[in-house]
Amino acid sequence: MNYAAQLAMILPEVVLGLGALALMLVAAWGGPGSTRAVSWAAVAVLAGATIALAGPASSGGAAFEGLYRADAFAGFTKVLIYVAAAISVLLAPDFFRRTAGDDLRPEYPVLILLSAMGMGIMVSAADLLTLYVGLELQSLAAYVLASFMRQDARSAEAGLKYFVLGALASGILLYGISLVYGFTGSTLFDEIAGAYAAAPLSGNAKSMGLIFGLVFVFAGIAFKISAVPFHMWTPDVYEGAPTPVTAFFASAPKVAAMGLAVRVAIEAMGPAEDQWRQIVIFAALASILLGAVAAIGQQNVKRLLAYSSINNVGFALIGLAAGTPEGVAAVLSYMAIYIAMTLGSFLVVLQMRDASGQPVETLASLAGLSRTRPGLAAALAIFMFSLAGIPPLFGFYAKFAVFYAAVQAGLFPLAVVGIAMSVIGAYYYLRVVKTMYFDEPVGEFGPGDRLEGGLIAVAAVAVSPLGYLAIPLLTAWTMGAARALF
Amino acid sequence: MTGFPILSIMLLVPALAAVACLFLPAQTARWTALAATLVDLALGVVLWTSFDVGGAQWQFQEYSPVFGSFAWALGIDGYALLLIALSVFLMPICIGASWVAIEKRVSEYMAAFLFTEVLMIGTFAAQDIFLFYIFFEAGLIPMFLIIGIWGGANRIYASYKFFLYTLLGSLLMFIAMLYMSITAGTTSIPALMAYDFPADVQTWLWLAFFASFAVKMPMWPVHTWLPDAHVQAPTAGSVILAGVLLKLGGYGFLRFSLPMFPEASSSLFWLVFGLSAVAVIYTSLVALVQSDMKKLIAYSSVAHMAIVTIGLFAFNAQGIEGAMMVMLGHGLVSGALFLCVGVIYDRLHTREISRYGGLAINMPRYALLFLLFTMASIGLPGTSNFVGELLALMGTYQVSTTIALLCTTGIILGAAYMLYLYRRVVFGEIKSEEVRAMSDLSGRELWLLAPIAAVVLWMGVYPESFLAPMRKDTQILLARLDRAKPAGDSLPTKGKGIVPAAHAETTAHGSAH
Repeated sequence: MNYAAQLAMILPEVVLGLGALALMLVAAWGGPGSTRAVSWAAVAVLAGATIALAGPASSGGAAFEGLYRADAFAGFTKVLIYVAAAISVLLAPDFFRRTAGDDLRPEYPVLILLSAMGMGIMVSAADLLTLYVGLELQSLAAYVLASFMRQDARSAEAGLKYFVLGALASGILLYGISLVYGFTGSTLFDEIAGAYAAAPLSGNAKSMGLIFGLVFVFAGIAFKISAVPFHMWTPDVYEGAPTPVTAFFASAPKVAAMGLAVRVAIEAMGPAEDQWRQIVIFAALASILLGAVAAIGQQNVKRLLAYSSINNVGFALIGLAAGTPEGVAAVLSYMAIYIAMTLGSFLVVLQMRDASGQPVETLASLAGLSRTRPGLAAALAIFMFSLAGIPPLFGFYAKFAVFYAAVQAGLFPLAVVGIAMSVIGAYYYLRVVKTMYFDEPVGEFGPGDRLEGGLIAVAAVAVSPLGYLAIPLLTAWTMGAARALF
Repeated sequence: MTGFPILSIMLLVPALAAVACLFLPAQTARWTALAATLVDLALGVVLWTSFDVGGAQWQFQEYSPVFGSFAWALGIDGYALLLIALSVFLMPICIGASWVAIEKRVSEYMAAFLFTEVLMIGTFAAQDIFLFYIFFEAGLIPMFLIIGIWGGANRIYASYKFFLYTLLGSLLMFIAMLYMSITAGTTSIPALMAYDFPADVQTWLWLAFFASFAVKMPMWPVHTWLPDAHVQAPTAGSVILAGVLLKLGGYGFLRFSLPMFPEASSSLFWLVFGLSAVAVIYTSLVALVQSDMKKLIAYSSVAHMAIVTIGLFAFNAQGIEGAMMVMLGHGLVSGALFLCVGVIYDRLHTREISRYGGLAINMPRYALLFLLFTMASIGLPGTSNFVGELLALMGTYQVSTTIALLCTTGIILGAAYMLYLYRRVVFGEIKSEEVRAMSDLSGRELWLLAPIAAVVLWMGVYPESFLAPMRKDTQILLARLDRAKPAGDSLPTKGKGIVPAAHAETTAHGSAH
C-alpha cells in the first residue's frame, strides 16, 4: 500500500498534528495576546479534522502494516471526541477571563489539540504499542491541562494527583502489554486474537500468562475510563481542575478510553470473552453502585458530577459486557448521549458565579435557581433527569440501548441488578433538582455568557424528547461502527 | 382506522399549551391551560361518540416507526377509551380547582399539569410497549415537581418517597419488557397480548410487572407512599393522583398481566386476593382513626383499589367490568372528595377534622354535595361506586367465598369511616368563630363539583353507557383467559341444590346488568 493512501487514512491526525504545531509557533511568538485567535483557530482545526474523517479516514481499513485502523468505529468515536474537544476550547476564554488568578494562555487550545490527536490514535490503534503511544500523548497533555491554573493550589494538586496515578496506571498497562506480548508473540491485535483463540485458556502456564496479561491490560484501561476500583483519582481531579478542563475530562477522554476498551476487548481479546466479561461485569456493577452511593453525600457540584461520570461509565460497560455488535453499538450510543448530558451539565456549572464573577461550586448555591434563572434551572433539571435515565428524556434511550443488549445476550442478573441500582443514582440527581426547585433562593448568579447559553440550549434540546427523533440515525451509525469490529 | 390522527392531536394540544405556559404570565397561563384542557375534553367527547362500540377491538390506530427500535403506535380499545375520557374530564376541573389556590409560580404549575395530561393520555393510548413505558414513567417528573413545589409542609419527603418508590417498581418491569420484546420479536402491545410465553417464564414476567403495578395501584404493603403524597400534594394534585394516576396500576393489570400472562395470573391470583383482602380491612381500619381529612380519603383509596384488584383477578366478566367501573367511579368520587376537602382547606387552611363541625349550618350547598360524594364513596345504590363494587364482589364470589366475604366487610367499614368523617365535619354545632365565618360554595367551586356529581349519578342510574364500550373487550380478554381460569369454590356441590345444566357465562353476564 502506498504512502499517499495511508496518509489519507490518518488525515485527521495529520491535520491535528500540523495544526497543533503551527498554533504552538503562533503561541510562542504571539504571547498571551493571541489566546482568542489561537482558540478559534484550534476550533477550526478540529472542524477540519472532522471533515477529514469523511474520506478514507473512516473507511480505509488497516494502515501501516496493521498498526492503525481507519474504520467506521474510529470515525464515529472521533467525531464525538472532536466535538467535545472543540466545545472545551470554546468554554475556556470566558471562564479564565472572569476567574481571578491566571489568565488563559494560548497553550491551552494547543494542548487540547494534542490531546485530541492522542485520543484519535487511541481509538484507531490496532496494535498495543500504537495504543500506548496514543494514550500517553493524550494523558501528558491532560496532566498539564489539569494544573493549568498555576497559582491555584487545588489545580496543582489535581494535576499532580492525576500524573502520579496516571503514571501508575500506565505502568500497569505496560506490564500487561509486556505479558501479552510475551505469551502471544505479537503486539498486533489480530495476532493476539489468534493466539487467544488457539490457546486453551485454562490449565497450563501459558494460559495463566495470557490471562494475567489480559487482567493487567484491563486494569490499566479501567483507570482511564475511571471505572471502580480504579476511580479514586476522578473526584479529586474533577474538583481541582479548572471547570472547562473538567468538562473536557468528563467528555472526550472518556469516549476515547471507552472506544479503546471496546476495541481491545473485541478485536484483540474477543476469543477470551468469557474471561474479560467477568472483569467488565464487576467493574460495571461496582461503578454503578459506588458512583451512586458516594455521590449522595457530596456538597460540591463538580465532585457530584465526577461520581455521576463513574456511575455512567458503569452503565456503558453493561453494553460492553454483552459483547455483541448490538452491545458495542449501545456503548457508542450511550457515550454520544452522555457527552451531550455531561457537557450540558458542566456548562451550567460554568454559569455558577457569584456577583463578582468568581466561580462557586457548592450544591447549596443552586438553591432556588428556578426562581432566579428559570431557563438555566430547567436545563440543569433536564440534564439531571436525563442522567438518571428517566423517560421521556434522551438519557433513557442510552440506558434502554445498553440494557436491551444485555438482555439480548442473556445477562439477566446483570440487567436486573444494574437497573435496580440506578434507583440509588436517581436519588442524588433528584437532590439537585430539589435544591433548584424546592428550596428558597439564596442569592443570584452573575449574568451568563451568550455563547454558553446557546450551547446549553442546544444540549438541552438534544437530550429532550425531541432527541428520540434521532434514534434511527443514531442506530444506523452506531451499528455501522460496531460492525466494523466484528 | 386511518384518517384524522385524533389521539396524536389530543397529545399535542396540551403539550404545546404546556410549553406556551412556561413563557406566559400567571393569568394568561391559567386561561391557556383551561382552554387547552377544554379542547382536549371536546376532543375526548368526539373520540367517545365516534368510537364504534362493538366494532374492531383497536380503533383510531396510528403507526409511525420514527424511533427505530420502537414505534409511535397509538390506538385504543374500550378500556382505554373510558380511562382517557376520565382523564380529560377531570383535567379542566383540576385547573379550575387551582385557579386561586395556587398563587406562586402559576405558569410552571399549569405547564406541569398539562404535561401530566399528555403523559396520562399517552399511557392509555400507547400501543407500543416501550412507548407505554415512556409515558408511564415520565409521569413521575411532573408529579414530583407538583408535590415538591406546591405541596404542604412535609412536601420534600413525600416527593422523594413518591418518586423513588414508583421508580423502583417500574424498573423491574422495564427489564421484563426488554425480555418480552426480544423473545417475541415485537414491541406491539396487541401482538404481545396474543403471544404465548412459556408458563415458567410467565411467572417471572408477571412478578416483574406486579412489582410495578402493585406500587402504582397501590396495594398493601407498598401503599405507604400514597398517604404521604396525597396529604402533601396541592388539591388538584391529589385529584389527579387519585383520579387518574392510581388507575395506571389497574390498567396495567388489565392490559399486560392478565392477557399476556394468563397462566401466571391464574397461578398467582391467590397472592393478589390475599394482599387485597388485607388491604381492604387494614386500610379501612386505619382510615377510621385518621384525624387528617386527606389522609382518610387516601386510605379509603387504597381500600377501593383493593376491590379493583380482586375484581380483575376474578377471571370473569362481572369481576373485570366491575373493577373497571370501580376505577372510573373511584376516580370521580375520590377526586370530588379531595375537591371538597380543598374547598374548606382554602378557607381555614387546615385539614384537621376536629377543627371543623357544623358546616351544614353555614354551608348548606357544600354539605349537600359532600353528602352525595360521601354516599357515592360508600357505594350507595344509585351512585357510580355501587355498580362497580357490586359487580366486582359478585365476580369474586364465584372464585372465592372467603375473599368476597372479607372484602365486603370493607364496604361496611367504608360506610363507618365516611359517615364518621361526614358527621364530624358537617353535622353538630359550630365550634369556633372562624368556622362560622366560612362562606358557602362560590360559583367557581359549584361549577367544579356539579359536573362530577352529574356523572356520578349517571353512572349509578344508567351504567350501560359505560359498560357498553368495554363489553366486547372483556369478552376478548375472557376468551384469552379461559384456558387458565382457576376453579372457583362457589360451585354447587353434588347432592346439595341443583347444578344448572348450562349456567353459561352469557346468562350470568346478562343478568348482572
